[in-house]
Amino acid sequence: MNKVNALKNLSQLKIGQSAIIDSFTDEVMALKLLEMGCTPGEVVKLDRIAPMGDPIAISVSGYLLSLRKDEASTILVSPIVVKN
Amino acid sequence: MESNKSFVHFSDVSTLKVALVGNPNCGKSTLFNALTGLHQKTGNFPGVTVDKKSGYTKLTSNTTAEFVDLPGTYSLYPKSIDERVAFEVLCNPNNPDHPAVTIVVADASNLKRNLFLVSQIIDLKIPVILALNMMDLVEKEGDVIDVVRLSERLGVKVVGISARNKEGVEALKLALLEPLPVPQYDFIDIKKIASELIDKITDVVKVNSDFAAFQIINNFSEIHYFDTESDKKTKIKGILNATKIDHNKLQSQESLERYKVINRIVEECITHQSAIKTISFTHKLDSILTHRIFGYAIFLSVLFFIFQTIFFLAAYPMEWIESLFVILTNWAEHSLPAGELSNLLINGIIAGLSGVVVFVPQIILLFAFIAILEDTGYMARVSFIMDKLMRRYGLNGRSVIPLISGVACAVPAIMSTRTISSWKERIITVMVTPLMSCSARLPVYTLLISLVAPVDKTIGFFNYQGLILMSLYLIGFLAAITAAWVMKRILKAREKSYFIMELPVYRSPQWRTVGLTILDKVKLFLFDAGKIIIAISVILWFLSSHAPDDRMESIEKKYSNSNTIKNTDDVAREAKMSSEKLEASYAGILGKSIEPAIAPLGFDWKIGISLVTSFAAREVFVGTMATIYSAGNKDNSQSIRDKMRAEVNPKTGLPKFSMAVCFSLLIFYAFAMQCMSTLAVVYRETKNWKWPTIQFFFMGALAYLSSLLVYQLLK
Repeated sequence: MNKVNALKNLSQLKIGQSAIIDSFTDEVMALKLLEMGCTPGEVVKLDRIAPMGDPIAISVSGYLLSLRKDEASTILVSPIVVKN
Repeated sequence: MESNKSFVHFSDVSTLKVALVGNPNCGKSTLFNALTGLHQKTGNFPGVTVDKKSGYTKLTSNTTAEFVDLPGTYSLYPKSIDERVAFEVLCNPNNPDHPAVTIVVADASNLKRNLFLVSQIIDLKIPVILALNMMDLVEKEGDVIDVVRLSERLGVKVVGISARNKEGVEALKLALLEPLPVPQYDFIDIKKIASELIDKITDVVKVNSDFAAFQIINNFSEIHYFDTESDKKTKIKGILNATKIDHNKLQSQESLERYKVINRIVEECITHQSAIKTISFTHKLDSILTHRIFGYAIFLSVLFFIFQTIFFLAAYPMEWIESLFVILTNWAEHSLPAGELSNLLINGIIAGLSGVVVFVPQIILLFAFIAILEDTGYMARVSFIMDKLMRRYGLNGRSVIPLISGVACAVPAIMSTRTISSWKERIITVMVTPLMSCSARLPVYTLLISLVAPVDKTIGFFNYQGLILMSLYLIGFLAAITAAWVMKRILKAREKSYFIMELPVYRSPQWRTVGLTILDKVKLFLFDAGKIIIAISVILWFLSSHAPDDRMESIEKKYSNSNTIKNTDDVAREAKMSSEKLEASYAGILGKSIEPAIAPLGFDWKIGISLVTSFAAREVFVGTMATIYSAGNKDNSQSIRDKMRAEVNPKTGLPKFSMAVCFSLLIFYAFAMQCMSTLAVVYRETKNWKWPTIQFFFMGALAYLSSLLVYQLLK
């Protein structure tokens, strides 16, 4: 596994793609996300996108969390690239 | 970390106060049910609209444990009303519900996030037992949790349980009687974050721990328990105002510190042994249930099934209840002495009681479904796939079920809005649900439609009557959506609304939970809303059976003077007398006095009386019309229709119930808040008369203006 440094926001991941949480862009939203276990350094995976394109579901800290796209876009992540 | 522990011992206490606290979905309610069984009741936390579930169980012959089930919360930050309740009960030692022991329930299969709340409660330095729930799931997933190690690391007693299978519940009860270590060391060193301020606060207020002081610093504006101690309040305010505090930074620092420690503990205490099975089962099921075609198809089928059940299946027990009350009424009429008091009992109270009990079958059925949907984890997926659509109208994914249930009856539908966690979205759902055409409107619709449209008339393939009926349902739905959209813009949110929500793993439903949920809802409805409904029913009875002076007596005298005619004419005379009495009654006077106001809608005083009386329930319109037109047998809609059809407008000489009048009435009944039971339930659910009052007037205004428009255009 290799870390790619270009930061993306969480809502830009593809389904099944994993990434490491880097930081947050919204202070207040960050507080809620932190208490839900989305901490910097934690690995997240985009698990599912709702049929209408929003909200999304991510795996984090061993459980499934759903959040709206605009909420997810406040989480900056560095995608993990799997190399064979 | 084992150093100088102090212990508390409760085995000789006669009543032990225990609070249950934990994350949503951690199985806290299941544990509460397992601990208390039928010994539970729902009350109110003082001053807030949050329901308080409490119950008790005997630990020994001398000791009873009293449990309070605190609202589910992810943290002790008092940001929402639910969180504030949990916060105040735990942090304020003078709170009437402040527990001697706190049982923190944690989902062991999701330990990391659950430990966050656990760690905050440990830092409050109050006696804590950690109930590690869902140990069966952990085992199934092939994980092992070292409970002894965890207990050492946290410095609190840890009991592994599986509340669903009732495993470990007895052990948990025993643990309450054993000496309990009071947490001694800090989970995190909160002083590292705000040391000076904490010292200053602890000088002014006596608190158990530095963390309690930190919470005062960081959440002072949300805390109400100093309201009675104004000197302390001013002092704290002074301290806080003297320093510039970045609250967000303090809180995020605290969270990060906690997770640092939690990560270490989790690493030490959990061993993963094999691949996760339940998650992949959930994953597979999600692929179908949130699929862009199957997901909606399945949800529609679920909705259709629920709707069919509460609309058609509930009709049978409702009929039984009604006939039971008819028997009761007949019995009372025969065995009680005739008089004012019997009259009040029979036509006021028994009739009101019947109007309350008749809703019970629908409440039972709807809540059976809702409890199952919640318990299995499917409800969260409904939110997930419906959120985007509903959000546009200020509604929530979970608003769909109340709205659709509203087509059967708004009463259980409004009670089911509890599952919507955002206050604003819930209020909007409560406010617009009664616009959906409920089953009580159906008899009114049927009668009026039969006046305007012949049975056999068709437009293309469609039956004309059916088309009108369908349009009425559609109009109700459109009105509900539009009203929601408007309210979204008017209402101010009380708290920031998130959609950050856990999607729990799928589990089979527990019948015990389903049963207790139903029992709870039925009790709430009967005792809370029931009181109001019976009171209004008595008022309505009085209005329609009493008249000023001795008018009633003179009508009775008039009809009893010539009592020679028999049989069929008897019935007709009786009906004519009822009609005259109703006209003379206060309701009749009221109907006549509002005539000028409703004349522009095409309504006369006869309809006016029906508008007044059908406030009890919309279908009463048909019965009142029958009485006014002295149609004799009230159940015979044929004869009511014929009488109404024959009525001639004295001014024009044309039929009174013209197309314009009927459509105007139809629209009026589609929109007007003609249901005291709904208003009573709205009050019960919002605990504020403001909301049912607004609802009554906004729906009334909508009905009035729409009817006005319809009548003026069609006449």
